[in-house]
Amino acid sequence: MRHSLAIVGLGMMMAALQMPLTAQADPVDDALVIDDLEMVTRTKAPEGHPFDEVRSGWLYREAETRELEADSFQNPGMLYVEQGADIWNRIEGPEGKSCASCHNDAAVTMKGVGANYPKWDADAKRPINVELQIDKCRVENMGLEAYKFDHAEQKALTTYIKNQALGEPVKLDLSQGELQSWWDRGKELYYTRTGQLNFACASCHEANSGQYIRADHLSQGQANGFPTYRLKQADMVSLHNRFRGCIRDTRAEFPKAFSDELMALEVYVTWRGTGLSVETPSVRQ
Amino acid sequence: MNINRRQALGLSAGAVAFAATGFSALPALASAEDADKRIADFAGGKTPETGKLTLTAPEIAENGNTVPISVTVDSAMEGDDVVEEVMILADGNPNPDVATFHFSEASGAAAATTRMRLAKTQNVIAVARMKDGTTYVDKKEVKVTIGGCGG
Amino acid sequence: MATPKPRVKLPKSASAGEVITIKTLISHTMESGQRKDSEGKVIPRQIINKFSCEFNGATVFSCDIEPAISANPYFEFSARVKESGTFKFTWVDDDGSVYEDEQTIEVK
Repeated sequence: MRHSLAIVGLGMMMAALQMPLTAQADPVDDALVIDDLEMVTRTKAPEGHPFDEVRSGWLYREAETRELEADSFQNPGMLYVEQGADIWNRIEGPEGKSCASCHNDAAVTMKGVGANYPKWDADAKRPINVELQIDKCRVENMGLEAYKFDHAEQKALTTYIKNQALGEPVKLDLSQGELQSWWDRGKELYYTRTGQLNFACASCHEANSGQYIRADHLSQGQANGFPTYRLKQADMVSLHNRFRGCIRDTRAEFPKAFSDELMALEVYVTWRGTGLSVETPSVRQ
Repeated sequence: MNINRRQALGLSAGAVAFAATGFSALPALASAEDADKRIADFAGGKTPETGKLTLTAPEIAENGNTVPISVTVDSAMEGDDVVEEVMILADGNPNPDVATFHFSEASGAAAATTRMRLAKTQNVIAVARMKDGTTYVDKKEVKVTIGGCGG
Repeated sequence: MATPKPRVKLPKSASAGEVITIKTLISHTMESGQRKDSEGKVIPRQIINKFSCEFNGATVFSCDIEPAISANPYFEFSARVKESGTFKFTWVDDDGSVYEDEQTIEVK
């Protein structure tokens, strides 16, 4: 069901900007192949999912954007993968260690790993994502400080590690610790309307998925391609940055990165993409 | 509900989106006349011909910050049939200049691809100059869309 | 900004006289000089203003670059190779820095 406030609000924006209102448009029926590896961009939704089929945001983009992601040379996100590889191998901090000192070759030790985050952190008794896992290693093993949120190196290293899972299907183990209760909380947040525009995540990415919001073709809002190279910023955009951006766009106060709210949301939103390939670094508009 | 407030929100969202493209913060946009002057200088006052030169650009750019464009000139790139330069212009940007490609016989083909910024919907123009001074032009309008509620 | 890092892709070998495609990408913010910071001050322009490709010392392709070229500039072009040799790629920054890469090709 379309929500009347959402439609009126968007209608006003479109009228004000004289942008055409385009009706429902299907995502493309196209195969994403990166370096001979075919990505799963459509798959049967897991039990309890509101959709029958989960779909990658890649299917909702224009041809030029899709091509950019499909070409691992042209994809500017690969510059950050290379930068991440340098950081992986760089000795830093009082312990004289690099990531590679303990984890050796990421192509072997990190293969597929990014497809299974967030995991349960028994020490912190909360979910842990790739960014927080990097910080944990830095603080506990390297004698360094945690990265400031969205530090260029945090984004590059996260992109590099998640890229080692390219093509692997997203799968969370919700039986770990209390992960299920964080999933429940994330689900509640996903459907909670917020901000002056009174939108929930579901307003755009579920109820109006496939519609246009001004000129944007609304996807299912999947997390499988993050960090993503966004054409608008011409830079890597982290998942929590995008969460905050979306919430800001509803004209609401937005939670801190890695806060309980956004970690719960990451658990739930990641689960909504179960079975999709990790596409990091994906390319979006 | 307060329609005026929502109208205002819509407008301010547009303003935010426009400023956020990174390329439109300053007011003075180039006019088509500036682009015409560049073309006249490049072509030595002659009117460029059409044909031979093909400019490829998307009809709709998903984001104006990164728009792929390609140029190809039908040329053997040998002997007298050599393309020396192709100039790219955008007639609605703060400055119409985008890039100038310099080719040689060693290029083998007069073809190049890059990615460019467009501050708004406008014409992208390519002008090619051959070794014998003949010039060719091609032009494509690219619509630059404004993204979702936050731009 | 981290030191810009070039990426170049071309075939390892070609036949004599073949026209090959070369793709180049370099990490660079291409600050246009048109943006303002959070205090309203114009962020000074800093772009890569020139790119060139030489083969065995002779220029194959070059490009004058304006701020309208996107961040992380991408150039794709062609080269006709008649002999084995070395491609040299050069990017020149507004601040005078020069970033370089080299790739060899075997012509059979």
